[in-house]
Amino acid sequence: MGMTITEKILAGHSGKDRVVPGENVWIDVDVLMTHDVTGPGTISIFRKEFGKDARIWDRNKVVVIPDHYIFTEDQHAKRNVVFLRDFVKDQQIENFYDVGTPDYKGVCHVALPEEGYTRPGDVLFGTDSHTCTAGAFGEFATGIGNTDAAFILGTGKLWVKVPQTMRFVFNGKMPDYLMAKDLILRIIGDIGVDGASYAAMEFAGEAVYSLNIEERMTLCNMVIEAGGKNGIIAPDNETEKYVKARTNKPYKPVQNDPDAEFASELKYDTAKIVPLVAKPHSPENVEAAERLSDVKVDRVYIGSCTGGKLTDFKAAAKILNGRKTAVDTFIVPATTDVEKGLEKEKIGSKTLLQIFKEAGTRIGHASCGACLGGPEDTFGRINGEEICVSTTNRNFPGRMGSKKGQVYLASPLTAAATALTGKITDPRKFLA
Amino acid sequence: MSQNRITGKVYVVGDNVDTDQIIPAKHLVYDTHSPEERKLYGKYAMSGVPEEKSGLPEGGVKFIKEGTFESEFPIIVGGKNFGCGSSREHAPLALQVAGVKAVVAQTYARIFYRNSVDGGFLKPLESVENIFKSFSTGDHVEIDLDANKITNKTSGKSFELRPLGDAADIINAGGLFAYARKIGMIKSKAEANV
Ligand code: SF4
Repeated sequence: MGMTITEKILAGHSGKDRVVPGENVWIDVDVLMTHDVTGPGTISIFRKEFGKDARIWDRNKVVVIPDHYIFTEDQHAKRNVVFLRDFVKDQQIENFYDVGTPDYKGVCHVALPEEGYTRPGDVLFGTDSHTCTAGAFGEFATGIGNTDAAFILGTGKLWVKVPQTMRFVFNGKMPDYLMAKDLILRIIGDIGVDGASYAAMEFAGEAVYSLNIEERMTLCNMVIEAGGKNGIIAPDNETEKYVKARTNKPYKPVQNDPDAEFASELKYDTAKIVPLVAKPHSPENVEAAERLSDVKVDRVYIGSCTGGKLTDFKAAAKILNGRKTAVDTFIVPATTDVEKGLEKEKIGSKTLLQIFKEAGTRIGHASCGACLGGPEDTFGRINGEEICVSTTNRNFPGRMGSKKGQVYLASPLTAAATALTGKITDPRKFLA
Repeated sequence: MSQNRITGKVYVVGDNVDTDQIIPAKHLVYDTHSPEERKLYGKYAMSGVPEEKSGLPEGGVKFIKEGTFESEFPIIVGGKNFGCGSSREHAPLALQVAGVKAVVAQTYARIFYRNSVDGGFLKPLESVENIFKSFSTGDHVEIDLDANKITNKTSGKSFELRPLGDAADIINAGGLFAYARKIGMIKSKAEANV
């Protein structure tokens, strides 16, 4: 019996010929990422357990990307970044993207690929649950807590339970009104927020391979919302083209064995899927956007690691071009590269930035922004009873700020269409 | 009392209690290693749970009484997918600081489970059935880890728990670091000069 991509990567990194789901193995780590919320705690544990003078296992394999609480006056939040700075200096870590410098990047899961840290066949751990985003590159990537991360800092190793792989196949072509967000919401709506608990979720099929890397990242980003451990997409030319343009580090792409065993396989006819929305307060409350056309909203938020990439803004701009928004609309690019892209990328003769400005949106700076609420002065944060359509990945109570707020998750196309009408709107209305 | 028995009043919540409910994101800024600031994690533990779901079945029960830092409930019973959401270790830490010894739920989000075990914060126990509806907040509860059983002393009913399995070694050692020292994978504290 053969192995899946996930099983092969874990076998390779534990020095074994084969592993089977359910088995616990110690694996070698290629990259460890941490950020401003979880970094300080990780560092404290590292110092406490390995000693004040301890050195990290490999300074070239640790990446530090402050992104969560950036444009705030909150003193505790600012102190976290100072803490990171000291550690990075002490340990001579070069992969650091400091706030207030030209190196500053923004949201870690989008910054990692942009900077060449996501490579097929690798093992990536990060102290953030959406580290699974990098599965889009055909690598094993998952989120961990501070204790596990501190352990890696000292040893370069971690134990994992080999997950079984669930397979999701999207057959047929991708219609222009759908985005990766619709596909992943369809799955979460079908299997529920714990439907893939402890499992790897592999995405395949013609529609998936037709997606660009950023869209594939959106698929893998939200496996955690189905309880999944990691997402995985077999690397192809598209993947290699993206990776090779950003790093010259060697890597080994891994494919499923022809006789690999999957725990389950769910097949979709992509043409039958419609633009979807996840209603408050769970990503599994999935409903067709067209059936919610009487839901009035107060604001629209387009941003985050899942919905704030250049592809997301191109999609939103397609709808907003030459039109005016009817409700407060917040545009928050994930990274500074995306921010620059808004000024370069054009539809016709207008840049995305011009389109957004003319549409009357409010444009923030690269960071996690209000995706997770954050300090009260955070741009776009829900501070009252607002109803918000958002391209982010979580709509738990209080996720974007106030517990009284209500968040509907949707694709950038659906979010932009909603911004124009002030009610939840199927983007097909504007794509004729 | 035996180490393998946990008793006390129970706080009951439902399915899908996420980490933003266990400790809302705006509180993640306190230093976990400063004794004064650490206490704040206890103070705000479970403060993100919606009012009507705070302490089922009636709701509206504060997990932490006004002006205090510790909970009167050492045991939490929930339903499916407890601890879903972010990877923040502050979640099991906040519960530990608040005085929680064990959580019983039918299933866990894997990062929360892993964090609870590897950090040695509390015991995440899995019930075979979804049992939160068989408990009322404030009921007196006993967990027997040898017999893999939770008993609602108030109602007299018992329910089966799943054995800890592989995680038991790490839990019994007191967390990942203690375990790795025990198996000789990393240096002892004395050798490491900690
Ligand atoms: S954008 Fe949102 S989901 Fe992504 S890393 Fe930041 S807080 Fe997490």
